[in-house]
Amino acid sequence: MDPDEGDILECDLLVVGGGPIGSTAARFAAKNYSGKIMVIEKRQEIGSPVRCAEGISTGWLDELEIEKTEHFMSKKVLGAKLYSPGGHELKIGKELAGDEVGAVMERDIFDKEMAVLAGREGVDYMLKTSAINVIEEEGRVKGVKARKMGDEFTIEADLVIGADGFESQIGRWADIYDSLAPKDIMTCFQYRMTDIDFDPDHTHFFLGSAAPGGYLWIFPKGEKTANVGMGVQLSQLDGSMSVRDYLDRFIEENEWLNQGQAIDMVAGGVSVSPPPEKVVKDGLMLVGDAARVVDPITGGGIANGMKQAKIAGEVAARALNENDTSEEFLQKYEERWREKLEDKLWRNYMAKEKAVQLDDEQFDQVIDALSDQKIEEMSTEAILLAVGEKYPGLIESFQDMM
Amino acid sequence: MSLEINHDRCMHCGACVGSCPENSLFLREFVLEVDESCVECGTCVKTCPINALKLRGV
Repeated sequence: MDPDEGDILECDLLVVGGGPIGSTAARFAAKNYSGKIMVIEKRQEIGSPVRCAEGISTGWLDELEIEKTEHFMSKKVLGAKLYSPGGHELKIGKELAGDEVGAVMERDIFDKEMAVLAGREGVDYMLKTSAINVIEEEGRVKGVKARKMGDEFTIEADLVIGADGFESQIGRWADIYDSLAPKDIMTCFQYRMTDIDFDPDHTHFFLGSAAPGGYLWIFPKGEKTANVGMGVQLSQLDGSMSVRDYLDRFIEENEWLNQGQAIDMVAGGVSVSPPPEKVVKDGLMLVGDAARVVDPITGGGIANGMKQAKIAGEVAARALNENDTSEEFLQKYEERWREKLEDKLWRNYMAKEKAVQLDDEQFDQVIDALSDQKIEEMSTEAILLAVGEKYPGLIESFQDMM
Repeated sequence: MSLEINHDRCMHCGACVGSCPENSLFLREFVLEVDESCVECGTCVKTCPINALKLRGV
């Protein structure tokens, strides 16, 4: 049942990448289109190994038509706590963050569940299958070259969806966008730690030069267990140290953590870039991390990617039903996802560009000012007003964001 | 090719693949490969979260 060397397979819609974004795009396409939809996944097992810190907001779940969520939710939290280098603390509860404060998930279970939901709609999966190039004719994507079990073959499709995550090779093979700038790349490392001593009802974020251009996170998985990780901006990384070295140094010096044991290790890259100018061309759509819709402030990709995947699937179905997978038709996808996500992506990108310039003393002032004052909502404007009240000089360079 | 991949250290996370300005790296399931388009810029070396990459002679 595996394809042989040189075979030519055919389908109507081919999704490259069996993560939750690829599966969700395929599911919503299958709900609205009855032809052959196929997902190829490089790994032998969907959802494993996990490449994620697993902290998510939960407000988006309803619109994604996922009935049961308990089995992939590891731990609900009451809110988030932010810490400045000098020890100031800001607690963000539900009343401030709305649906942005949420839960810590079990990504391996979640990813498999998203594949199950897609499978139920008739989507076909092919595992251990890598896309190794895009096939184009006169600027139009016609399918991919693929490899499985050592055999190389062709998969032809009327429409291809690239959901290949941070690796984003489909989009670059098809010349949709350029490579990322080093300042828009976060390099990350995480341990799952157990036997640690912390408040398990909040997510914890440590800001400042301990994690240059990024932050350290502690996301609870249980009473004494959490994902403890760090992201560092590539352009601020000291050449002699890896992000794991930074993380190890932090853990060594932190009393909550330094007696704990690591029971899992995760590495990965995350894009914190502005949204690309385009994510479609004739016969091709990109979605999720591959479309670079990761929130540039938090580095979270699931919520944006899932919302975008639903739109991608719906537009893909319409394009196939109307027999028009041209870039022009696929503008319907561009319009809908940008309407939903683009303003906030740009706003948070600009906020990130400013935040990475703050030194430790300025982080102390920001967190101090915010914890001092009752702010009504977690908007950029509200934050700037509150900080400006106490430290007017600090927000001068941020004025253009208001 | 002067990019050295330490397969004993590599956690096959793909951080280098997505960061490579030339798209020269490919994660063959869990085996990292580099092709002849590599310009030895060192971006992947810096990106690698676990120091699994280095440029020979550097």
